[in-house]
Amino acid sequence: MPCVNPDGTLTDSARALLRLLGNPAAPEEIARRLDRPLFSVRASLRELVGADLVRAEGGEFVVTERGQSRL
Amino acid sequence: MPEATEIHSLPRLGSPAPQFEAVTTQGTLKLEDFRGTWLVMFSHPADFTPVCTTEFVGFAQIHSKLRELNCELMGLSIDSVYSHIAWIRNIEEKLNQKITFPVIADLDRKVASLYGMIMPGESKTETSRCVFIIDDKQVLRAMIYYPLTTGRNMDEILRVIQALQTSDKHGVATPANWRPGDKVIVPPANTQELAEQRTKDAAVECKDWYFCMKELK
Repeated sequence: MPCVNPDGTLTDSARALLRLLGNPAAPEEIARRLDRPLFSVRASLRELVGADLVRAEGGEFVVTERGQSRL
Repeated sequence: MPEATEIHSLPRLGSPAPQFEAVTTQGTLKLEDFRGTWLVMFSHPADFTPVCTTEFVGFAQIHSKLRELNCELMGLSIDSVYSHIAWIRNIEEKLNQKITFPVIADLDRKVASLYGMIMPGESKTETSRCVFIIDDKQVLRAMIYYPLTTGRNMDEILRVIQALQTSDKHGVATPANWRPGDKVIVPPANTQELAEQRTKDAAVECKDWYFCMKELK
């Protein structure tokens, strides 16, 4: 799902994902915990990494300080 | 000066599905995002048209069954994402059917061209009714091409996926009109020794050494 609205605000699905990533998690676990399809989680993570709201650590992802500040 | 001939290529079965990135009703998606699940990617000629509407309802109705088969669903037409959204909302309002899968807005025809979805003899501006079945390793496994006039059969799309997954799991082939639970075809013997063994194998039923079937347990 898209993470950033045209006006720059975060979507509800993005907020849910950022809240979950207070601890590192792999895409498969994120998909399971949020009950979202894996393809959708991957696309969202790509967008959030591009916006520096999430960073990749090995095969897992975790919220950045910038991402934390947007919550 | 000879006229230039435009070549329209199709993707190949058994080869990696062409990769792409596309704007969809569920954000920008890459084919790579679907790795690990099967994918039914289908095209339709145009939003707000009747045959396509019946197909969208049909695809939505099999979406949960597809997910039970570890298979996702994605549509495509050469319409804008705004047209897609309006049409999806119209389907939900008028036909009480929620559309749960993403739909590619392929305005620049990039994906349509990669996958040979446009049949100039039918339309130079709309995709035909194409279905691409891509496995969890992103290999293209089956293609179905239907004309603009004829809506597709959802049961057949489900059946093909079930057949392919059965073949992958058990190393068998499936006969005409196969349904889950039916007997499957044992790969034909490719040596004289195996041909002889096959005719004596009580676990399989053979019409002849090359034509043997069995039940899956």
